[in-house]
Amino acid sequence: MVDRIAILGGGTGGTVLANDLADRLAAEIDAGDVEVTLINDGPDHVYKPVWLYVPFGQREPADGRRPLRELVDSRVDVVVDRVTGIDTDARELALRDGPGPLAYDHLVVATGSTLAPAEVPGLAEGGHDYYSESGAVALREELLSMTAGHLVLSVVGTPHMCPAAPLEFVFMADDWFRERGLREDVDITYTYPIGRVHGNANIAEWARPLMDERDIGVETFFNVEAVDPDAGTIASMEGTELDYDLLVGVPPHRGVDVVAEADLGDRGWVDVDKHTLEAERAEGVYAIGDAATTGVPNAGSVAHYQAGVVARRIASEVRGRPATATYDGKTLCFVETGMDAASFVEFDYENPPSPAPPSEKLHWSKLAYNEAYWLTARGLL
Amino acid sequence: MTDIDIEPTDTVDARAAACPGPLMDLIGRVRSAAPGDVILLLSDNDESLTDVSEWVDETDNELLALDESGDDYGFYVEVA
Repeated sequence: MVDRIAILGGGTGGTVLANDLADRLAAEIDAGDVEVTLINDGPDHVYKPVWLYVPFGQREPADGRRPLRELVDSRVDVVVDRVTGIDTDARELALRDGPGPLAYDHLVVATGSTLAPAEVPGLAEGGHDYYSESGAVALREELLSMTAGHLVLSVVGTPHMCPAAPLEFVFMADDWFRERGLREDVDITYTYPIGRVHGNANIAEWARPLMDERDIGVETFFNVEAVDPDAGTIASMEGTELDYDLLVGVPPHRGVDVVAEADLGDRGWVDVDKHTLEAERAEGVYAIGDAATTGVPNAGSVAHYQAGVVARRIASEVRGRPATATYDGKTLCFVETGMDAASFVEFDYENPPSPAPPSEKLHWSKLAYNEAYWLTARGLL
Repeated sequence: MTDIDIEPTDTVDARAAACPGPLMDLIGRVRSAAPGDVILLLSDNDESLTDVSEWVDETDNELLALDESGDDYGFYVEVA
């Protein structure tokens, strides 16, 4: 009897998990007792943090892409196809192009986030973003041609990928315009939906004074109701309206339709036990990374740590032992505070973050990690 | 046991969500609610205590009651 492990999604979580399983279960795979299949709807693995640097001309989108098959252990069967249905009762996946349903004994959903700008009227037409490759490229053109005016960074939806990235963007934009001698002609405003500048109170208390020092305007309690691209305005349901010359919006996010249709959770996210990462609405299903509603940030480090936990749990199940590995909420983030300084935070379910003083050393650590990321994806780091 | 005698129109279960998730879930429901509706927000996050009360103060909505009798918090918010 072969144990069939299917991983849905070839982002950070899915790729790290596939390589971890290939290493951990090498003997069983080589003996033909275990099969690991990674299904992704494209041939490339994408490292999305690169997009933050694209608008400032520091990286190219290609820097964040590698062929998935180059990153994944040869023991893993990589299938480039789109999953169109998940039947958790029959334990089968329907594939758009595949010859038939793909049966599994263990399924890991690692489908990440998708952007839903259409949920806010005018946002898709009036706003730019760096949460997609095309968005980052288009925003680069806008930033390069901006020499004066009002730049508004608006966090429209939460949760969103990399909760620190909106802060990073305004800190980097402030520094970037200063270096170019344009800062006095460019106003920067940051909006956030609740009464502080970040969901986590510790990070908000750390970031707010930095924003004030740098003359970055802040609008809290700003839940975006609509964007008017013709008038160049963005309005909140709390009654505030801002004029903008360049709007950078962090759009609402959601999971993928196939997860929503399988009724594993709401909006395409999978409801899971936040320690075991087991789906709450189906047997034999795990979820990791953005796709899992654990309450921790949508961040690559989270997906990385969760992949390690699920690999250990599935290996135990395959070997007929109790699965004991659990996720403690561990999250690591470097936070850029300019073009040559960064902070660092580390936290988990029990211990809140305490951001480190910004330094050049931490900035270079972040850039070094970005370069070394491909070792992480391969399961080496 | 709670002695709050309010029948909510709708309930938003945001337990296990990190901030600002619970408040954002509440706001999402307020957007589609009718004036006078009462939404019960369930949250197990202490930061919701400040987030929710600050937000209703900022808007015309009203926090009718806060249930702290169980393991989770229950916020009864009347939509303006």
